[in-house]
Amino acid sequence: MIYSELKPFEEILKILKEDKVFLISCNGCAEVCKVSDQESIKEIEKKFKENGKIVEGKIIIDFLCSKNLIVRKLSRYLKEISNSECILVFSCGIGVQCVSKVIDIPVYPATNTIYLGGFQGLWPGEERCSECGTCYLGITGGICPVTFCTKQLVNGPCGGAKNGKCEIDKEKDCGWVLIYEKLKKINKLEILKEYQEPRNYKLIEVSSKLRKKVFYDIDKNEEL
Amino acid sequence: MEISKLQEKLNEGKFVITSEIGPGKGTNLEFLKEAEIIKDKVDAVNVTDLQSSVMRLGSLCVCHLLVDMGIEPIFQITCRDRNRLALQSDLLSAYVLGIRNVLVLTGDHPILGDHPEAKPVFDLDSVSLLKVATNLMEGKDMKGNQLDGRPEFFLGAVVSPGYEPLELQIIKMEKKIEAGAKFFQTQAVYDLKKFEEFMKKVEKYKVPILGGIVLLKSAGMAKYMNENVAGVNVPDRYIEMMAKAKKEERVKVSLQIGAELIKGMKSLCSGIHIMPLGWDKYVPDLLYLSGLI
Repeated sequence: MIYSELKPFEEILKILKEDKVFLISCNGCAEVCKVSDQESIKEIEKKFKENGKIVEGKIIIDFLCSKNLIVRKLSRYLKEISNSECILVFSCGIGVQCVSKVIDIPVYPATNTIYLGGFQGLWPGEERCSECGTCYLGITGGICPVTFCTKQLVNGPCGGAKNGKCEIDKEKDCGWVLIYEKLKKINKLEILKEYQEPRNYKLIEVSSKLRKKVFYDIDKNEEL
Repeated sequence: MEISKLQEKLNEGKFVITSEIGPGKGTNLEFLKEAEIIKDKVDAVNVTDLQSSVMRLGSLCVCHLLVDMGIEPIFQITCRDRNRLALQSDLLSAYVLGIRNVLVLTGDHPILGDHPEAKPVFDLDSVSLLKVATNLMEGKDMKGNQLDGRPEFFLGAVVSPGYEPLELQIIKMEKKIEAGAKFFQTQAVYDLKKFEEFMKKVEKYKVPILGGIVLLKSAGMAKYMNENVAGVNVPDRYIEMMAKAKKEERVKVSLQIGAELIKGMKSLCSGIHIMPLGWDKYVPDLLYLSGLI
């Protein structure tokens, strides 16, 4: 179980500059957290309409952490997707990364994945989410700088990569070179030039509000 | 020392020479003699910040000692070991200790050094640290709180002209300039043609760039750097020259190569940054051979 919360709508509008959008929501953890349930999606659709955005289509997929499943399901929506300029994903950070990996148009997260004190989910791929609470995937081509960069840098690479590999391990890809290549591919290199504020490490402390929820402690709280 | 002479000289459009010293592991100050040798030959001297992630005497303290010796220091500060509180505090301390030039770097990962188990900090990165230093100069900490007395710095950063993909490196350079970097020192340059192409691409930023020089000590060192050091590519011609040189001629050949590079760079950039890596005693000869003194 991975816990996520919706980003403020203003933040979504800030990163999502395109007009035509396709929505993908996860029917797994994110649905339980009520960030990808029918009501949340309807609410976002309404707000998009008010802001001149067009929702070209939407789909719910059982588990967005499975890339095979995503490819199979999306193949039925090729027309809607080709009409769209970007995709907004309602899931944890893994789901956003998986969608971005299988499709070469801009993919943005609608949520922040929140730290629960070390509890991680299970998924089949190499994608990793450290539940940092400040999802950067919308500005990094869907490749996580927190888990793919050894130094967790958010403003671009250090000078240490050689032949695209990390300074600490010649077999490890430099996360920022991967991010650069992906952004170049989807014609979004200009995002890299934007300054990113230092991370908010306060979010590593699980809030007392969250500690009372079932996502944090099933023993204490059995109601869902 | 009230103002940065390095800044003054660059503003006047004069060609500058900087070098660097690496503090030792312990309290022995013998290495300061290296700074004494180059004292009157260079405009400022970088002091590295736990270079190669090896625990040593600190950059801030040694910069202060240089000020006392009448040498203008460039305080190298990395994001590897300190969080945002300590970085801001050390910048204030640096100013109070008479340090005016600051060179901001990300820093090598601790895994590469002699305490590989250490917690890697990287709370800020080179871009955000430049921005924070700029804020301090405007009298505010990074949370916007008012400072009682503000520092004045000449802020610098690094760029690697041999980095691949170069476009990514230049994007980061642009971010550093926007965050407040007023001068750049580069990774060691061995390929003048590539360096010229790089300089053409970054000309538009109108920011002074000091080309990096690392003297080759042997063919083995060149090969090692080609395999392991990011952004460094020593051409085969130089490797052959070093390999052919007899042991007693190596220094001479190395200085020849260094002088050739400096002469080639002179018309391309605003100055040079020599990283002697222990060969400080040859810096005066190198400058003489390059026609700079």
